[in-house]
Formats: sequence, C-alpha cells, structure tokens
Amino acid sequence: MSQRQVLQVFEQYQKARTQFVQMVAELATRPQNIETLQNAGVMSLLRTLLLDVVPTIQQTAALALGRLANYNDDLAEAVVKCDILPQLVYSLAEQNRFYKKAAAFVLRAVGKHSPQLAQAIVDCGALDTLVICLEDFDPGVKEAAAWALRYIARHNAELSQAVVDAGAVPLLVLCIQEPEIALKRIAASALSDIAKHSPELAQTVVDAGAVAHLAQMILNPDAKLKHQILSALSQVSKHSVDLAEMVVEAEIFPVVLTCLKDKDEYVKKNASTLIREIAKHTPELSQLVVNAGGVAAVIDCIGSCKGNTRLPGIMMLGYVAAHSENLAMAVIISKGVPQLSVCLSEEPEDHIKAAAAWALGQIGRHTPEHARAVAVTNTLPVLLSLYMSTESSEDLQVKVLFPWIFRYTSAEGGQLSTT
Amino acid sequence: MATLARLQARSSTVGNQYYFRNSVVDPFRKKENDAAVKIQSWFRGCQVRAYIRHLNRIVTIIQKWWRSFLGRKQYQLTVQIQRRWRGYRVRKYLFNYYYLKEYLKVVSETNDAIRKALEEFAEMKEREEKKANLEREEKKRDYEARKMHYLLSTKQIPGIYNSPFRKEPDPWELQLQKAKPLTHRRPKVKQKDSTSLTDWLACTSTRSFPRSEILPPINRKQCQGPFRDITEVLEQRYRPLEPTLRVAEPIDELKLAREELRREEWLQNVNDNMFLPFSSYHKNEKYIPSMHLSSKYGPVSCKEQFRSENPKKWICDKDFQTVLPSFELFSKYGKLYSKAGQIV
Repeated sequence: MSQRQVLQVFEQYQKARTQFVQMVAELATRPQNIETLQNAGVMSLLRTLLLDVVPTIQQTAALALGRLANYNDDLAEAVVKCDILPQLVYSLAEQNRFYKKAAAFVLRAVGKHSPQLAQAIVDCGALDTLVICLEDFDPGVKEAAAWALRYIARHNAELSQAVVDAGAVPLLVLCIQEPEIALKRIAASALSDIAKHSPELAQTVVDAGAVAHLAQMILNPDAKLKHQILSALSQVSKHSVDLAEMVVEAEIFPVVLTCLKDKDEYVKKNASTLIREIAKHTPELSQLVVNAGGVAAVIDCIGSCKGNTRLPGIMMLGYVAAHSENLAMAVIISKGVPQLSVCLSEEPEDHIKAAAAWALGQIGRHTPEHARAVAVTNTLPVLLSLYMSTESSEDLQVKVLFPWIFRYTSAEGGQLSTT
Repeated sequence: MATLARLQARSSTVGNQYYFRNSVVDPFRKKENDAAVKIQSWFRGCQVRAYIRHLNRIVTIIQKWWRSFLGRKQYQLTVQIQRRWRGYRVRKYLFNYYYLKEYLKVVSETNDAIRKALEEFAEMKEREEKKANLEREEKKRDYEARKMHYLLSTKQIPGIYNSPFRKEPDPWELQLQKAKPLTHRRPKVKQKDSTSLTDWLACTSTRSFPRSEILPPINRKQCQGPFRDITEVLEQRYRPLEPTLRVAEPIDELKLAREELRREEWLQNVNDNMFLPFSSYHKNEKYIPSMHLSSKYGPVSCKEQFRSENPKKWICDKDFQTVLPSFELFSKYGKLYSKAGQIV
C-alpha cells in the first residue's frame, strides 16, 4: 500500500471522529435527545475523545460534555464518576482559549447542581486553574471561569471560603472593571454569591475594594448588570453595621433612588432590598435614608409594582418606622400609610399582607398621634376582617393582632372606639 | 339542852380552835391580800393601757389628718416647681418640638424634590426609548423600501402604491422614490488554485502594481540631471505583458472549441434522445457497410502513425492529444517600431 492510502485511512478516521463529536454536541442542545444519548453510553466515548490529538475534537468534546452535564445532576454525577475532571483541569492549564472556555463550561455545568458536586470539583484542584484562567487575556475565558467560580461559591460558606482562599476575589474585582458588559455581569454576580454567606466573606470582598467599583457602575444603563450590582451591594451590607456604613460611604445615595424608577422589575426589587438592608441596622442609618428622600422613592416604587417585588419596600418602611417615633412620623408625612393599606387590601399573598400589617403596626405603635394617623386611613376594619377570616394564616393573624392590642387601650376616642 | 351541853363540852377547845384557825389563816390572808392587790393592780394597769391605746389611736388620727392637710399644701407648691422644671428640661435637652416640626417639613420637601427628580428621570428614559424605537422603525422601513424599489411606478405603468383611482399616492410610493436600490450580495468566490494566463495579465496591468504612496523624505538631495516625464516612465515600467498568440491561447484549444460547438448545438436540441426510425419495416434487415468502411486497410490517422502497435511498449495509458498550435504570422502586426507596410 502506498503512503497515500495509509494516510487516507487516518484522514477518514479523523473525519469520522470530528463528525461524531459535532453531531453529539448538536444533539445535546435538545433535551429530548439527552436520555437516548446517555443510554447509548456517550460519556465514556466523549471521555476518550477529550484526550484526542486534534484540538478541535477536544474542544467539541468538552462542549458536548458541558451541555450534557448542564441538563441534570445525574449526568453531572456521571461526569464526576468517570474521572473526567482531573484530565480537564490538567489540560485547562495549557490549551488554547477555545478549549479553556469549553472546559470552564463543563466545570460550571457540573458545579451548579449540588454542594457535593461542587466539593468534588474543588477536591480535584480546579480552583487554582480557574483562578489562572481569570488572568487570561480573552474576555470569553474570563467570563467562563468567573461563571464557574460563581456556581461553586453559591452553595455554602465553606465552598465560598475555598474560592476566596484560592485568591479569586481581587481578580474578580479587576474583571468588574473590564469593558465587556457580560464579563462585568458575571463578576458582579460572583462577588454577590461569595459575600452572601457570612460577614467575614463580605469583609473580604470589601477589603478587595469592590464597593467603590460597584457603586460607580450603578449608573450603567444595562438592566441585568444593575440587577447584579444591586444584589452584590445588598448582600455585602446585610451582615453588619460597619459593612452597611461602608456601602453608604461609597455614595450610593441618591443614585440608587433612580434605580427604583427603572423599567425592569428585578432592578426595582434589588434596589429596594439594598435600601432595606441599609436602613434596618441603626436609627442613624435610617435617618440617613430618610434625609436623602429614600422613603418617598420607596413608597412610589411600592405603588408601581405588584406582588413579590413590593415586599422589600414594605419591609423597609417597617424597619424605618420601628427605630424611633420621629422616623415613624417622617414615614407618615411621606404618605406611606395609604400606600401600605392599599397593599394590605389588594395583595392576594399572605406573606405580603403580613408584612404590610407588621409595617403598619410599627408605624402606629409609638404614640397616640401615630395611632390616629394610621386609623384615619380606615385600615383597622381591614385588619380586623383579616384577623377574623378563616383563610388567613397563623403568622398573619399574629402580626395583625399584636401591635394593636396596646394601641386600643391608649388611643384617642372617636374613630378608634367605633372600630 | 343537848346542844348547849355539846357546846359547853367543846367550849374549851373552841377558843383554841378559834385562835388556831385564825393563826393558820393569817399567812393565807396576807397571801390572798397580796394576790388580790396584784390582780387589781394588773387589771387597772390593763384598763389604763387600753385607755392609753385608745387615746393613741385618736391622736394618730388627728395627727394624720393634720399632717395630710399640711402635706397637701406643700404638695401644691412642690408640684408646681417640679412641673416647671421638667418642662424646661424636656424642652431644652430632650425634645425640641419646633425642631421636630422643622425637620419633618424639610423631610417632606426633600421627598417632593426627589419625587419630581425621579419623575423627570423616568420621563427622560421614556423619551429616549421612544426615540430609539422610532429610529429602529425608520431604519426597518428604509431597508424594506430599498428591497422593494422595483415596485416603483414608471411613467407608463403606475406601481402598486400609485393606483390611479386614489387622490394621492400611498406614502410607500414616496418612500420608494427616496430609497436607493439594494444590490445583491455577491457570493464570495473561492480563490482558484491554478494560476492561468488571464490572472497573470490582470496582475501586470497598470492598476494592480502598488505605487508607493510613501512621501519622500524631506531632506532628500535632489537627484541631478534631466529626467523623463514620470508618466512615461511608469508606462514603460509597468507595461502590460503582450504575449504571443501561441502563448495566449490554451494548448487544448481545439478540443475546447469542439466542446463549445457541441454545447451550442445541444442547446438547440429539443430532445436529448437519439431519434429512432419510425417504421419497423427495416427492423430485421442487416446493415451492409460500404467497401471503404468494411476493409481493414482504411485511411491511417496521425495518431496510429506515431504510436507503436504493441500496447506493451506504450509508456503511458493515456491517448495522444490533438494539438493544433496557432502560428505567428500576424502576431507582431502593428507592434513594431518600423512603419513598414503602413499607409502614409
């Protein structure tokens, strides 16, 4: 046989492999094919193709594996059991950017399902290589690596600590400053998922200087980016007074109030969550929020939303009013009480009604003046009917009844006694 | 009498008994006296004590009433003082009512300002979004008009949007008039691997060689001497290739020409199949070839002349090509410097 014929055999084999892996990658995008693929034993085949000489076959095999693992956690567990991860991690360090993107995609797809799978990824030493990928030039690679880190850190505090120990946080802060919007989004969401577990982790994020950059980017017009940034800031500020003060020092007021007027529902919800987390710690912080005009903005935001998006705003009003009677009076003069009573009567969900009743209770409990201001809006009959109705939950009934027992005895006559 | 006798018998002892009984009773008498005295003194003591207690109670009541009366007087004064003091203290240090009112007023003003600012912001965003939408619509309409430009009405024939029964043409008509026609996207042609002569000609033309667009350096010494005109020089330098006729035509020109002729004739065919004879009268007749064709010794073609009869001696399997090169009688016509043959 001539040399040509020998080489032709090899070429045929390579073509067959390429075709196979491309078809599998395409089939893996449709959910109905995945069962069949799994039963046909595609995992072991893809595993051998990962070690192929041709780079395109490797990349496509990694992509196909990622899509399969993305679909459900059984397949992700199968990926882990077949010992694919060490090979991926090893070659992640040396291959080109397409392979890096595909391999980071596989790690992300495996890590997102459960803490045990994420722990398996951490155990095979993937964190160091992912952090190295964060330093790469290509923004696609950085985005894939940041996404994988985010899904790992999302589950619990130990995994977040492991991610932080691998030195990811300063690199994520650098990623936030990159010009690509997708990369910014993913980096902000990764920081948010790291900081949400404990005060120490939030302190680490703040120490890396993230808060200033996040606060600058609130003005960015992209809605998904704003959503992630506000979520990150609220996760940082919810743990303690110092962290909340640090967030406030980054001069987010009054810019945050413009986010309350955004078209996107999630941006509004996250902005009111952030204000709530800041205002709930001390009376001074609530005073700061009130002085910046936050109460009026939140009340308008409550008026323009429906359903669960309103809940953080309602709770924020309750927290502000709970601190002192001056602040409660400030809430009353900002026309908060009519809005809260509207929420109470028109929302179908029990927990939102309970929150509105609680907030009204916090407003009205300080002095007879406050109680009168609440009673004037005719909320008491509504509260009473809620208490009496058989379908409202225990929680709701308790929240409705408790603050008002005291006020009935010390309130002025007239309207109150008629109810 | 008997009693008397009895009494007289006992009279001697009576006196003794009397004395004896009296003497015996004496200490008892003292004791009893002391006892009686004790009892009486005790009883009197109790009486007095009860009396004193009673008095005490009365005195307490009187004192109580008196003291409360005194206290009430004192109380009015004290309460007044304390009242004044507490009010002063609260107003000065704890709670400034007017300050609170001011503060609440400021808060409500800030709220209004913020509300207005947010309204303006929301309006601005609305306006921007509407503008962006309008622009997008405009671009889409423009693109559609460019694609549909052929529906424009001509002088003779009114187009779809310019119906003669309408008072004025449809706005699309005006849009089509304004639109520039869209050219078809040319399919990208793959680079040919073999370079043919035409490519070489194309690349030696005056357009294809790059002229240097770089400016000369500033301090260049001027070159000496009379120079030819630059356009002449460039013409000469980049003169295109003028191949001879033999080189310009491809070597299998004859075969290509034959094929082209065959193609043209094929175009005119109605049916590709060979015509069959109509009748089957001559079906069973055997064909009798002519003498020229039936003999072994026909005219010899050039190919057979040159090739050996033994196929084993042939070097390659392929057949010889018929090549008819062009001749160069007239290739230099009009391209020489000499004016031989030209009409004066």
